[in-house]
Amino acid sequence: MWPVSEQPKVSREMVDDVLSAYPEKAKKMRAKHIVVKDEGCTTCAIKSNSKSIPGVMTARGCAYAGSKGVVFGPVKDMIHISHGPVGCGYYSWSTRRNLATGERGVDNFVPFQFTSDFTENDIVYGGDKKLETLIREIKELFPKVKGISIQSECPVGLIGDDIESVARKMSKEFDMPVVPVRCEGFRGISQSLGHHIANDAIRDHMIGKVERKDVGPYDIALIGDYNIGGDAWASKKILEEMGLNVTNIWTGDGTAEMLQTAHQVKMNLIHCYRSMNYICKHLEEEYGIPWMEFNFFGPSKIEESILAIAERFDEKIMKNARAVIAKYKPEMEKVVEQYRPRLEGKKVMLYVGGLRPRHIIGAYEDLGMEVIGTGYEFAHKDDYERTIPEMGNATVIYDDVTAYEFEEFVKRLKPDLIGSGIKEKYVFEKMAVPFRQMHSWDYSGPYHGYDGFPIFARDMDMAINSPTWALSKAPWKKSAKEV
Amino acid sequence: MRQIAIYGKGGIGKSTTTQNTVSALAEMGKKVMIVGCDPKADSTRLILNAKAQATVMDLAREKGTVEDLELEDVLLTGYADIRCAESGGPEPGVGCAGRGVITAINFLEENGAYTPDLDYVFYDVLGDVVCGGFAMPIRENKAQEIYIVTSGEMMAMYAANNIAKGILKYATSGKVRLAGLICNSRKTDKEYELIDELAKRLGTQMIHFIPRDNQVQRAELRRQTVIEYSADHPQADEYRALAKKIDENKNLVIPTPLTVDELEELLLAYGILEDEETAAAKLA
Repeated sequence: MWPVSEQPKVSREMVDDVLSAYPEKAKKMRAKHIVVKDEGCTTCAIKSNSKSIPGVMTARGCAYAGSKGVVFGPVKDMIHISHGPVGCGYYSWSTRRNLATGERGVDNFVPFQFTSDFTENDIVYGGDKKLETLIREIKELFPKVKGISIQSECPVGLIGDDIESVARKMSKEFDMPVVPVRCEGFRGISQSLGHHIANDAIRDHMIGKVERKDVGPYDIALIGDYNIGGDAWASKKILEEMGLNVTNIWTGDGTAEMLQTAHQVKMNLIHCYRSMNYICKHLEEEYGIPWMEFNFFGPSKIEESILAIAERFDEKIMKNARAVIAKYKPEMEKVVEQYRPRLEGKKVMLYVGGLRPRHIIGAYEDLGMEVIGTGYEFAHKDDYERTIPEMGNATVIYDDVTAYEFEEFVKRLKPDLIGSGIKEKYVFEKMAVPFRQMHSWDYSGPYHGYDGFPIFARDMDMAINSPTWALSKAPWKKSAKEV
Repeated sequence: MRQIAIYGKGGIGKSTTTQNTVSALAEMGKKVMIVGCDPKADSTRLILNAKAQATVMDLAREKGTVEDLELEDVLLTGYADIRCAESGGPEPGVGCAGRGVITAINFLEENGAYTPDLDYVFYDVLGDVVCGGFAMPIRENKAQEIYIVTSGEMMAMYAANNIAKGILKYATSGKVRLAGLICNSRKTDKEYELIDELAKRLGTQMIHFIPRDNQVQRAELRRQTVIEYSADHPQADEYRALAKKIDENKNLVIPTPLTVDELEELLLAYGILEDEETAAAKLA
């Protein structure tokens, strides 16, 4: 690891120096996507949600990844067909750790992968008939399935298959939602458009189609929590202890009915703003359901959020809220007491997806750590507006950071921990920098809520204070005797 | 082996012209293969005296995959030992016919349909070059010689000019060249002069002017070429003349397509389009 004496120096000069390796045009374009927040930075304008430059290595995904992988995938009692050649389906199989309860093959299909496995013939003659056959087979093999979504891969859009008419026909025949989703990977510039398309598909084909009978004043929906490592369960636990009734979760451990009855809740609490703000805005406009953002990472933010949520309800809920905070306070103090001395002053750089680059900052701060760099793969302007105030001075914020830039920033800023994804993990571990996967929580979790914080603290400590890194030394840096 | 692609507006008579010309070439002792690149699959019926032959893609669908096909299933021999294959493809409105052409030609290549004894391979291609698939016959290592079938009708000439634009694109990146216009007469005014002039403007030649003759229809009704149906008829000699000219043709050029304005000027000059004044006078 880095010698302790070397202090990170975040400055515009550092950024420009890294970018100087690019050709003129690329340099100019990339410069707009990176800002340094310091005393003089008033607006911190950062360009986002634009096409990655050809030739750079971006970590972005595609519209199909956004729809199938993020939004639809976790809906457990529906079957999601990867419609097209086998690759997209195979490589998106079980890649997100969205946990779900239920009987496999009965009311939980999350571990499974369904694909229409296009071959040359399906391209030439169209895949509509095959899709119909596939849906019939699904219904025969899994009669309790509650719905089907058709996730379009690129070729479906190229050959113009009419999946909408197949969906209409099958939906009528089996009396269940069959949702055509036009999330062909070539659409848009990142997975972000896939989220939007998926939101729209749910809006058009599912919301308001079923009426739940027992409706109460405290019914709420937890939106944009995909239950990575059990996160949604940890969040739900807090909300229920507050006296709220979490009837619908989108979409972690969720069901078709939760989407269909979305119009009946009293409030939408949105966790991942980027991937599901669309549906919240729709539910507000169409059904008058208010929505609010919240953050259940780390005790400070949890406390803040609990009070803010309770404020939207009545005295009873507020009383419960205070009780919940009081109940967990000693436990959380114990966690901080245990880990803070081991993590105090450690510097973190993040590069993740929808909300974590800003939401986890508070949890690190609870442990005395400092986030000196953060950025998103596919965020929009409104995400950065929410992020910049969370960051301290002398920090760097990077949008759609390239593999080269990230590596160079790390070399120069020498963080003690990097939180990013599988594509980055091994690069930095080979550089002997402690690393945690902040998309999947590696093999751990939950990190949300009071249940999650002790695990989060333990994992960060485990990464940073592992003796492994001190032992790793490149063979060519060892003396002849050591080898 | 010379590989030749025939393009032209839909319904202009590409398939009929190709099959009659190929028959004449075969009569001269040439070994020829026709590859139909049109889902309608009517590029070989006059040679095989059949309704329509089983296509590569149809058989592939029947058997499961292209890999399950045998060459002899799809490569048939007809009149004067002419070898025939059809790519086939979907009915209009579904799937991707262009991909069908690519798949079929790849199959023929990989399975040895292009034998060294062949003198000619003719590709009879669907109307316009609508996507990459229909440009397959003129991509590298395939047809390097293109004939455009046209007539004196305005839309046929528009199409011919558009096809020349497509050839220009592939000519700069490969060896494909325009070899001439074939005028399949519709008996429009000044047709010969007009197409001759269009050919010159495109930098090429009108290689032959095929007069309109009902004998072609009579032969077609019997699923035959004129050459086979009535070898002594004057129309058969027209196709023989065209075949001979193609056989001797060395005039291969990179085309110089016209702008739409230039094309309309040409039509005006030959009195096909009226200028605005004349048109207004007529209306009044």
